[in-house]
Parts: sequence; structure tokens; C-alpha cells
Amino acid sequence: MNKDISYESVLSRKNEIMKRAVGIDFSSYESGSIAFDYERMMRETGYTLGEMKEIQGYTGVGNTPLLELKNLTRLARILSSDGKGARIFIKDEAANPSGSFKARRAANAVYHAKKHGYKGVIAATSGNYGAAVASQAAMHGLKCIIVQECYDSKGLGQPEIIEKARKCEAYGAEVVQLTVGPELFYTFLKLLEETGYFNASLYTPFGIAGVETLGYELAIQFRERIGKDPDVVVCTNAGGGNLTGTARGLYKAGAESVKVIGASVNLQGLHMASDTQFNKKSFTTGHTGFGIPFATWPDRSDVPRSAARPLRYMDRYVTVSQGEVFYMTEALAQIEGLERGPAGNISLAAAFSIAQELNEDQIIVVQETEYTGAGKHIQPQLSFARDNGIEIRFGNPQDEIPGKNIIIPSHPQLIKTKELDLEKLKKSYIQNCIELNKVKEISSNDLDFLAQDTNTTLSFVRDVLADKNIVIHE
Amino acid sequence: MKVKKGSWVQIHNIVLKAENRAPQVPEDTKKVALELWVKGFLQEDGEIGSEVKVKTITGRIETGKLVAVNPTYHHGFGNFVPELLQIGLQLREILSGGETHE
Repeated sequence: MNKDISYESVLSRKNEIMKRAVGIDFSSYESGSIAFDYERMMRETGYTLGEMKEIQGYTGVGNTPLLELKNLTRLARILSSDGKGARIFIKDEAANPSGSFKARRAANAVYHAKKHGYKGVIAATSGNYGAAVASQAAMHGLKCIIVQECYDSKGLGQPEIIEKARKCEAYGAEVVQLTVGPELFYTFLKLLEETGYFNASLYTPFGIAGVETLGYELAIQFRERIGKDPDVVVCTNAGGGNLTGTARGLYKAGAESVKVIGASVNLQGLHMASDTQFNKKSFTTGHTGFGIPFATWPDRSDVPRSAARPLRYMDRYVTVSQGEVFYMTEALAQIEGLERGPAGNISLAAAFSIAQELNEDQIIVVQETEYTGAGKHIQPQLSFARDNGIEIRFGNPQDEIPGKNIIIPSHPQLIKTKELDLEKLKKSYIQNCIELNKVKEISSNDLDFLAQDTNTTLSFVRDVLADKNIVIHE
Repeated sequence: MKVKKGSWVQIHNIVLKAENRAPQVPEDTKKVALELWVKGFLQEDGEIGSEVKVKTITGRIETGKLVAVNPTYHHGFGNFVPELLQIGLQLREILSGGETHE
């Protein structure tokens, strides 16, 4: 029987396609209202930390080096007041087989797909995750299709995304490239239905749990090397999985006092689904265009309930500018001898600024790096920006206007994170839960869930709900 | 240009016409089609610009307009961006004590 593959028809089959392609019955964790049982979902559908270490170890993923950035630390101390300037460390996740921490997420997802008899895996991603899934699929002998949002309507693509396509193809994957638009999801669903492959979503419990090993390793590596846990871990934040998984791993290691800070590159004013603005940005991930919408509505992802819930774990959320990240990427090469990034260096730019607020005896960690090379490098990205009419100049990065210019700091002391109002984001998430679920009243179970999901108190949630005239049945 | 069956080619097709774009997309995106490119082995002799069938590397059959033969990666390091040279020079000077902070 030939199924109707029109847009409306395929989207109406979304839930059945997803259930088969992910193998999780998300409805069994639902309460029927806002709340769902997050921890039970993670426990029953994910893997234990021990299992994950074994699964990842089997394909050479994880146990990446922890490097101390001594020259950047020295620079931070020269620029800050006396006694300030924490030691800066970086976890060299580029050492993973596919060149980024995404190998951890992919290792679990592809292992799970293989174990459950799927013949192939599909992922919708323009980023490092595609290469990670393709690499793992190659190791496990599964087929792999990566669906990318790649071009604008003139057929012009970001060099970084073109490079990711090349890397996926290098691992034997099929790459389906699309122009800008959220209807990528339609093509993605059609491919899942046509092939019967596993949806190696970034947001399943397997994927997120895969990052827990990163947080866990960090705690263990610091205890072995320095004899204590780090004070601050900075995570580049887009969909929230990196931060969620890392924080959960730190907790599993008992490192509960560590502050977890999310960092995104500021792309305020650029619409992510805009054809004309698509090539006006120089970052394809790790930016506020993903970070803020996913924090305030995590269930917008390609699974019904996302396992990435960053507001649960984020102690602070900061932004940096594109120019600041490019500067730090060059700095990492020039004074630390490490050519990495650029997207993975968003948290490095933030850490360099935050280190200057901390004391010399404190430790701040950048928990990832990523590979670099043709296309995926500051030279081609800046060159591409310049060709697309973006002004590039030295100055104060605080004056940068995304889509108009990239301002490279004229001095490293101008690198300063900007604070996002986390409380406002938490309120916005609660309001989205009310509006998107179209409810006028909620249960005490929902109330508890919202407090947990925002890492706030019942009274905080009550205040937000009171503003919306929502009745709580206690 | 004639292209032999079995050649490695890239094809292009329209997934959604402009008038069928999803309601939530921005106005500028609504004015253009959702387009797709994929690569595969050509199933019959064809020509650039003609409708063809390909078998992708995973074995799927896709149809579309033939746009390239042996599609090549053209990305590289772009044009040199001389501003970057200043960063290393500046940092080395600061670290060597050439510039003290006030």
C-alpha cells in the first residue's frame, strides 16, 4: 500500500512514525497534563553510567584529555584585579573519534539502534552530531542518513555546514541537503517512514545520558589531578543536551557544589528560519537562536519529550559575541598551541571572562573542544561573512550587531560575558507550558513538576501562575 | 551534456513549492520553495538538467533534476583575513610584559 506522502498527511502520522523510529512510548511517562516523569524516563529508557562507559569505550569514545590553559590563565590574571583569575582548564573533546563531544551522544543512540535490530539511523542536524552519528554507524555497520539545513534560496551554504556534509560522507553516510525552513521535519519524517531506520535524535534519553560520562569524567579527572572538584563548568548551550548531560554526570559523581554555567553566542535579531538571514550569521550552533527557545520550550525538539532540560541544571546563562569567540579561537591557537573550534570555543570565551571574576585558587573548566579544518575554521567563516556583506573590524565587541557586523575585540580586556536573566527565562518556560498545553487549571503534580523543571520553588511557580490566573487543584 | 549510467551525480528537487510552505515560516522564506539536493549513482543515461533517478549511497532511489557529475567539495579556508594576524602579536606582547595593565 502506498501511503499518502503529502505534507499534511505525513505530519498527521508524526506520533506513530516517531514511536516506531525511537522505540520509546513517551505516553507511558505522561501525566496527561503538563507534568511527565522525567527521572523515570531517564532511568527506564536510558543506560546506567557503567553501561554507557562500556558502550562508549567500545568505540574509543570518551576519556578525553583534560588540558590546563596556562597562558590564558596568565593573561586573565594580568587583566584582572589582584588575586583574581581562576585556573582555566579545557576538556579536549575534539579527541573523540568524530572530533567532538557529540560522539558520546551518538555512541549510545547508535548502539541502541543496533541492539534493537534497526538497519540504519537517521539524524536531522547540520552540526557535529551528524558526523558523530555517521562515524558510529560506520563502526557498527549500520546505514546512516543525515538531513541538513544547508543552503539559502540562492544555493549558498555556510562553509561550516558544507564541511560537515563532507565529513558525514567520508564516514559513508548519505547526506540530504535542504534549504532553510522548519519543514525539514517533513523530509525527516518521510525518510524515517520510508527506511524504517532509527531516529537518532539529539534529544532522546540515550543521547542525553551519553553526555553524563563527560561530567562524570571531569569530576574524576580533577580529583585525581588536583584533589578537588572544579568550581565552575561552562557549557556551550544550544538545544540544552550538552549542559543537561554534563550536569547530570557531575551530580552522579557527587560533585554537587560545582556551578554549571551555560554560554551561547549572541545572535539576537536574526530569525533562524529566515532565508535572507540564514547566511548573515557565522555560527550554526551554540547560539541564542537555539539556546533561548530550547530553554523556554524544550519539547520543541524532534521527540515528544526532550531529555534535555537545561533550566533544571543551569546556575547562570551568559552570552558572548561572535567577535569574542573568533578572538578566543585565534588566542587558543596562538598562545596555547591548540587549533580548535570555533563553535566549541563559545564556552571558552565565556570562561575567559568569568575566570576574571573568580579567585586565583578557583578552577573553571571549558567542557568541550571540537575539530577544525577547511570550512570549519575562523578564516573561511570570517571570509564568508565578509563576502556576505558583514563588516569585520576591531573595536568593542559590546557594539556588535548580529547580521550587520562582527567586532573583533581590540583588546582582550574587552571580552565580557553578558548575563541573561535566568529568572525571566524560567517564567517564560512556565508561561509556555500553560499556553502551549492550553490549560486554565493545573494539578499539584504539575506544580511540583514546574518547580523541578525550572529548579525553582513552589512559591515561584505559584506567583507566575497567579499572573496568568491559573487555578491550582491541590 | 550526456552523463553515463552509473556515474556519481547530484540531483535537485522541490520538496514544497513556495505556496505550500508551513504557516510558521517567516515572510521571506514563504516566498521561496523548499529545495533538496542529494547524491547517488545515476540509474540510466541522462543529461544535465534532465529528470533522472539515482540510487543513493544507502540504496534509496530518489528522483530529481541532474545538476552535477562527480560533485566536488569547494569549501576551503576562504580569502585570507589579515586582521587575525594582530591577535597573536597583541597577546604575545601582553604576556611578555610589554604591556602592563593599569
